[in-house]
Amino acid sequence: MKNLLILGAGTSGTMMANHLISKLPKKEWSITVIDQFKTHYYQPGFLFLPFDIYTTKQVKKKGEKFIPKGANYIQKKIELIQPDENKVILEGGRVLDYDILIVATGTKIAPGEIEGMDGPMWYKNIFDFYTYEGAKALRNKLREWEGGKLVVHITEMPIKCPVAPLEFAFLADSYFKNKGMRDKVDITYVTPLGGAFTKPKATEALHHLLEEKGIKEVTDFNIERVDYENNKIIDYAETEVEYDLLVTVPTNMGDELMERSGMGDDLNYIPTDKATLQTKDHENIFAIGDATNLPASKAGSVAHFEAEILTENILRYIKGEPLKAEFDGHANCFIETGNGKALLIDFNYTHEPVEGTFPLPGIGPLKLLKESRTNHMGKMAFRWIYWNMLIKGRHIPFVSTNMTEKGKHFETVEK
Amino acid sequence: MIKTFCKTQVEVKVSEDGYLEDMSQWNEEIAHEIAGELGIELTDKHFEVINYLREKTEAKEALTIRKVGKSGIVSIKELYQLFPKGPLKFSSKIAGIPKPTSCI
Repeated sequence: MKNLLILGAGTSGTMMANHLISKLPKKEWSITVIDQFKTHYYQPGFLFLPFDIYTTKQVKKKGEKFIPKGANYIQKKIELIQPDENKVILEGGRVLDYDILIVATGTKIAPGEIEGMDGPMWYKNIFDFYTYEGAKALRNKLREWEGGKLVVHITEMPIKCPVAPLEFAFLADSYFKNKGMRDKVDITYVTPLGGAFTKPKATEALHHLLEEKGIKEVTDFNIERVDYENNKIIDYAETEVEYDLLVTVPTNMGDELMERSGMGDDLNYIPTDKATLQTKDHENIFAIGDATNLPASKAGSVAHFEAEILTENILRYIKGEPLKAEFDGHANCFIETGNGKALLIDFNYTHEPVEGTFPLPGIGPLKLLKESRTNHMGKMAFRWIYWNMLIKGRHIPFVSTNMTEKGKHFETVEK
Repeated sequence: MIKTFCKTQVEVKVSEDGYLEDMSQWNEEIAHEIAGELGIELTDKHFEVINYLREKTEAKEALTIRKVGKSGIVSIKELYQLFPKGPLKFSSKIAGIPKPTSCI
């Protein structure tokens, strides 16, 4: 009997277990999924929790429910990977041998990287919304907040779901308008990037929206520390931005397990081939989703497209066939713009988001890079798709793994 | 785009925003000239950073401010002092390497 271990039961790990269970012969392969936590969170929902759009119940379920029957599930912390000996050691000392290892340990916030961020004011007037705890604490704060300077801030790139902080700013604008207190709130968007987004076309569209909603932008701001006593964030060039309420996206880092096992880069992400998803140092170790160092978005849609290619590559690896170098960095994100509307962007390693229709070329019904109510409906429907199709590894109709260029308005062929 | 450096009289290919397109066309004279345009006078410390950036680019490693801060050559604070207003952008431009991109 051979062993395939999957580390992490988040979006990627759960999808891989569901894909592989029906593909690997049961008599030859045993699949085991390991995760230390009991709860599986619908992470896109963390954006809506602070604004009372989603309830806490809508964003969490018991993780084990989504692990397929026939796969083993161990709820334990992973202590160490010993890649040269093909072993994984769990907390308590249990040792698991593997023939193939899939690392899907994700990324998480590391507010401790910035001086003063998770100090005495953490969850008092400094919040994150990338964790369940942070999003919930922020919801409680917003319910009673009487206004002032709201600063929405990104610490450093890369971050999970790079559009989420923008969406937060847009939704905050709507939220305070609906509460009849927009005039009491000053919203500033602070980013280490040179503009609202890294891709020029989308930046233009998003900049316009920020302006329209009266949200100020501070760009090229590389934070050095939070002066929590005087409510200011200060960057390395000594620029200061004052806040009454700071909503920050702290530094994102891969799991410390990578550091302990000597397998990560300086942010604990695992160096991975961007087309095959095989790790660079060990041929029987593959990585997927946020845990990799791929130059693609850290997002569920990316993990979804990766999972289809990784499944095929694991089967090829077992047969001794060459791996398919096919992952193109495809990402597909709804960008909630507030007031019941959303944008949709579709892009990959080489093509930036452009205007057009999705998923059917020339038809839609969704429009790329344009605000619409249909796009918002798509985003809302996605929660159902996530729990019922995506993590179960079911193919989503009309949405192809590799990005299609049809129905899109490319000006010229890029890079 | 072709740019001619007046002191050295070399012609090099540059991108729209002035980054060298072929890092092998770079030399120290060119570095001084680009730095001058940005109002920076290069010291040995600058060149330590520049050489580090070039080595990492040749090794195809992505560069970030965090990475330079952990290089052992300069802290992030010192990087800002050496290349005010553009710690990574200006240093990359002077080092003759492509414009740094943040992955999305």
